Amino acid sequence: MKNKTIEKMEQHPNHFKKLLRKMWEIRIFEETLEQLYAKNKIHGTFHLCIGQEAAAVGSIACLSQEDWIASTHRNHGHSLAKGTSMRAMFAEILGKSTGINGGKGGSMHISDAKNHHLGSNGVVGGNFPIAAGAALSMKMQNKKQVVFCFAGEGATNEGSFHEAMNLASIWQLPITFFIENNQYGMSSAFKKMTRLDSIAQRGSSYGVESFSIDGNDLMSVEQLSKRLVQRMRHGEGPFLVEAKTYRYRGHSKSDSCLYRSKEEEGRQQAYDPIRRVEANFIESKIMNKMDIFEEKQIIREKIWQLVQEVEGDSLPSDQELLANIYAK
Amino acid sequence: MRRLTYLEAVNEALDEALGQDKRVFLMGEDIGIYGGGFGATKGLEEKYGAERVRSTPISESAIVGLAVGASMTGMKPVVELQFSDFITIAMDQLVNQAAKIHYMSNGQFQVPLVVRTPGGSGTGAGAQHSQSLENWLAHIPGLKVIQPATAYDAKGLLHAAISDNNPVVIYEHKLCYPLEAEVPEGRYTVPIGQADIKRSGEDITVVATGIMVIRALEAAEKLANQGVSVEVVDPRTLFPLDKKSILQSVKKTKRVLLVTEAVLRSSFASELSAVIAESDVFYELKQPIERLGGKEVPIPCAKNLESLAVPKVQEIEAKISHMLFKNDKEQTIEKPR
Repeated sequence: MKNKTIEKMEQHPNHFKKLLRKMWEIRIFEETLEQLYAKNKIHGTFHLCIGQEAAAVGSIACLSQEDWIASTHRNHGHSLAKGTSMRAMFAEILGKSTGINGGKGGSMHISDAKNHHLGSNGVVGGNFPIAAGAALSMKMQNKKQVVFCFAGEGATNEGSFHEAMNLASIWQLPITFFIENNQYGMSSAFKKMTRLDSIAQRGSSYGVESFSIDGNDLMSVEQLSKRLVQRMRHGEGPFLVEAKTYRYRGHSKSDSCLYRSKEEEGRQQAYDPIRRVEANFIESKIMNKMDIFEEKQIIREKIWQLVQEVEGDSLPSDQELLANIYAK
Repeated sequence: MRRLTYLEAVNEALDEALGQDKRVFLMGEDIGIYGGGFGATKGLEEKYGAERVRSTPISESAIVGLAVGASMTGMKPVVELQFSDFITIAMDQLVNQAAKIHYMSNGQFQVPLVVRTPGGSGTGAGAQHSQSLENWLAHIPGLKVIQPATAYDAKGLLHAAISDNNPVVIYEHKLCYPLEAEVPEGRYTVPIGQADIKRSGEDITVVATGIMVIRALEAAEKLANQGVSVEVVDPRTLFPLDKKSILQSVKKTKRVLLVTEAVLRSSFASELSAVIAESDVFYELKQPIERLGGKEVPIPCAKNLESLAVPKVQEIEAKISHMLFKNDKEQTIEKPR
């Protein structure tokens, strides 16, 4: 008997191809950043979501362009999934005038008003109240748009998480606090910093319906997110989701991961969210190994072309330093 | 013209803004039926409903943070922080978020929010309810900081702040709340970034902020009886700062005293002093710039100690006399020049 995942994929092959392609793009985008960093082409740091792509892609696939997201320092997956231009993101991280934020934000502060991306936040937990504010705004304006607020498990130890959850709950705001539990807050293991089995347990203190799912399973992430988006559009909310996942790379570029073993890393990477979908595709014959290899190769080449193009872009002019401090 | 207290003027501005602009809403602790910590929002929940006059849990960080998110997406929130000391709890949202979002997004997002908060000492509330931390915020690019001293300015500046497309923090002073002035009916604005000559004079300029404007005016009145003519300049907004009006006044009188309630060390008086010292007017000064400010101490509770901690009318008066005559007040006063 076929499992449900395979069945569903066979029913909607193009939809899942689109999602897998997005996950590939995110991963190859970030692998490319690593290579650019090694070549000393990036001023500043970045935080990679390699291994966590299903959480971003599965959830944001359920949102429209008009729905809002708020992200964190580890935002590349969310930003790309929400529709932010990859070219403009490369340009931003390379400090070019063509960057999505004109080079003023950098990797940690990517925001995209056109695609209703409220911004990535360099302050852990800083985005919870802001996202709740956007949800309040939608509710007060009688709009049907909903908000997804992404953060890591470490951020739920910030007061801002608890304050925002409580406020969102008493005012029944259309927001889902989507926590990617990637097991580490910088070097600090989840288990050492939080005496809970799951972040979802935190919702009950605020009367917030909460869920814990396998964040590396694209299908689970998408199914739950779809349901929550529908419920929020009908006036329900807030919700709390813990998507269990694993951060493959270190916290940022300066991290050599001394706090965990290679064995653990190997064990965790067996649950790779991308390889799981690839295996499903092969099993359901949506794609064979060769198709997958070729498609990824095409994306890789396109991305390198993009990078070469962006490298030729101009730097922000000196006048830009003092532009846009205040709105007119 | 009719007279209103400062508190009534604030209330009227909020009432008019809520009535005129659907995007405006209020958030803060106990601002509903209770009317806010000092009564500034009295009657507004009844008139506009709990959806637009939102009493919040005790969550300063989230209140300001929600205002940031709401303002980025089409609303115009006006937040009340019950005491300005609590701004410390909301500092991430004000300093790291509200102030920087327009710049970091390269102009994609605007953050048109207002935070009103009562500051200053004089009520015996002790060290955690009596500070003057306005200079912390005046330091941050991206924020505007306002300190109205009169009922007229309080209403006009609040309207201007609500119309502004930037985060604006308004420091109200508790001791100013009961003070009356002529206040026009209906909406009017006092431009942000425009100082006001509160009293015109010839012998010395006193630049004062907040409640110290009121005290400087009292001192000026007393000195007038002795034939001394004091000009009192109220910057009204710390940022943007109307340097031109301040320097013009100092150029005219050639003497300047700066008075703020905040602890003198690293206070806004220090900034004002630097602005004057760095300008051409410096060469025209007849004597060094002088400052008066709070003692370097947390504000104590006991009435006599509390009043010793910040400049009093008599101190301002004595300081001016000393500057003009280098003499004790008791000695015969001759007009200089």
